Amino acid sequence: MGKYIIKRVAMAVVTIFAVATITFFVMNMVPGGPFMAEKAVSPQAQAALEAKFGLDKPLSEQYITYMKDLLHGDLGLSVKQRGRTVNQIIASKFPVSARVGGMAILLAVMTGVPLGSIAAYRRGKLADNIIIVFSTSGIAVPNFVTCTILMYLFSLKLGLLPTYGLTSWKHYVMPVAALALYPSSYIARLMRSSMLDVMGQDYMRTARAKGVSQRVSLFKHALRNAILPVVTYLGPLLAYTLTGSFIVEKIFTIPGLGSEFVGSITSRDYPLIMGTTIFLAALMVTMNVLVDIAYKLIDPRIKLK
Amino acid sequence: MAKLSFQLNADDFLPASASEKESLVVMRESVGFWKDGFRRLKRNKIAMVSLVVVILVLFISFVIPQFYPYTYEQQIRGSENLAPMQYSQTELTTMETGGKVFPHILGTDNLGRDYAIRVMMGSRVSLVVGIIASVLILFIGSLYGSIAGYFGGWVDLVMMRIVDMIYTVPDILIIILLSVALDQPLKALAMKPGFQWIQVVGVNLISIFIVFALLYWVGMARIVRSQILILKEQEYVTAAKALGASSGRIIKKHLLKNCIGTLIVTTTLQIPSAIFTESFLSFLGLGVNAPMPSLGSLASAALNGMNSYPYRLFVPALAIALIILSFNLLGDGLRDAFDPKLKD
Repeated sequence: MGKYIIKRVAMAVVTIFAVATITFFVMNMVPGGPFMAEKAVSPQAQAALEAKFGLDKPLSEQYITYMKDLLHGDLGLSVKQRGRTVNQIIASKFPVSARVGGMAILLAVMTGVPLGSIAAYRRGKLADNIIIVFSTSGIAVPNFVTCTILMYLFSLKLGLLPTYGLTSWKHYVMPVAALALYPSSYIARLMRSSMLDVMGQDYMRTARAKGVSQRVSLFKHALRNAILPVVTYLGPLLAYTLTGSFIVEKIFTIPGLGSEFVGSITSRDYPLIMGTTIFLAALMVTMNVLVDIAYKLIDPRIKLK
Repeated sequence: MAKLSFQLNADDFLPASASEKESLVVMRESVGFWKDGFRRLKRNKIAMVSLVVVILVLFISFVIPQFYPYTYEQQIRGSENLAPMQYSQTELTTMETGGKVFPHILGTDNLGRDYAIRVMMGSRVSLVVGIIASVLILFIGSLYGSIAGYFGGWVDLVMMRIVDMIYTVPDILIIILLSVALDQPLKALAMKPGFQWIQVVGVNLISIFIVFALLYWVGMARIVRSQILILKEQEYVTAAKALGASSGRIIKKHLLKNCIGTLIVTTTLQIPSAIFTESFLSFLGLGVNAPMPSLGSLASAALNGMNSYPYRLFVPALAIALIILSFNLLGDGLRDAFDPKLKD
């Protein structure tokens, strides 16, 4: 087990390092740099700015400096938001995204698991068919479509929910629902197929034969085993929620990290693009490792290599 | 004691007569791979319906625009912001004087462009992106996966570690990053002679393809590798090796040909996911270049006028959902028909 964890963590560190390196060089491939867009910058001011951000040094030296700072957790200064470090921006914006994303993940799991189980239990019946239709279309609809349709219905037509901002619980309803639709459908499908698989196992028949009631056998035996694939999906789910937040935050004008990231791209704020990319990548890679390790801990059938 | 006799009857070696051939009972026509698969596919109602939808969508987005009286970038003066089936003042006068005006089925946008043709062109762009990206993924993924699977050992180990790494790299982040970074170099390249086509296709679209080619093949590579690992133990591969076939020939002629079912299914399922990503990027403003529409950029542009022109948002949104859904269901059907083992 220890060996496996060490291996996975080492892989994760290498991956994060690779992402950071790729990000650094890709960003520096862009000719001109972040100060090109600004009007009427005199050559002296340009040179001063470049010196301030260390852009006058050779690329290899910049890379070493950046990596050194990165090891200390320092992501540098934002170019467009004067006087703010990338760390400050992330620290102020990430909690907002994490709240919305966390709620969406919770909602997705809490709806997807029961729906999938019901579909498997009522296989071939009306409930199963309804859930299949719902989950198949839920996967096909991109989340900007969900967002806009929700917004049209509940804000513009019914006037029930506010369209932008994040000040009351009402503001959370639509972004969380829009973000949760896809993973909820995915988990429902996953849960249905794994539940069907488990329900056909011998130990289920044994449990019934020794007199365990239908309900207990379903909850104690089937659900516990069938939920395992959902655990592996949690890693990709987090990645999905993070990238999904780019769209959701843009549409509902939520001041989170996703909208900050998109904004930094349109304003060509290179240090901020780099900082957020590395931060999000590190987050995803770390979550993937944790999920993988948790999965092996939960399911003793999986052999450790 | 019976004597061993080596005498052969020459008559036994004559070609079979018609009556002898008759006696060889044929229970049933032998069913080939394709025929078998299509028979199963035909029985799957959902897959057949989605196949019809896919063909219909292909027809609407590739054939109809060729005969459509408007083009996607044509701005009709005085016909801005028309509602569906509405005519502008000038168009009404031409109709009164006996001229013919083709109706704006979905109205026009704020620049007086016919919205129906824009949606059709948008679907075309989305489909082209999906198909080209999937073909790129098919080539790179199957080649990489088969090399890793066939040679095995440390080659496999190194190649699959690289795949693992790319797998954990957050793709959307890298796509966005690269589309920003490639923007200017590609624009510069488009100025040079021989590269003008880049301008036509659009810089962002090219960078989307590059990213697909760089990152998205890993899933395909993994699936192909696992197939090759099983296939390479088969007798016919040993036979081919014994006959002196080169590794390249074995991979090309024997191994990849035998996982054709997997390749078809995985490629089909890749199309909707590529369309998904493209619409996502276009919605964020990182997709196709301006007058060219894509379903994502149409939806994004319609967002501001959602209150007055909701249909402008719903039409591309529904089109995208329909395209992705039908490709997904068709892919599922193909998997059940051609590659039942692949079913999770």
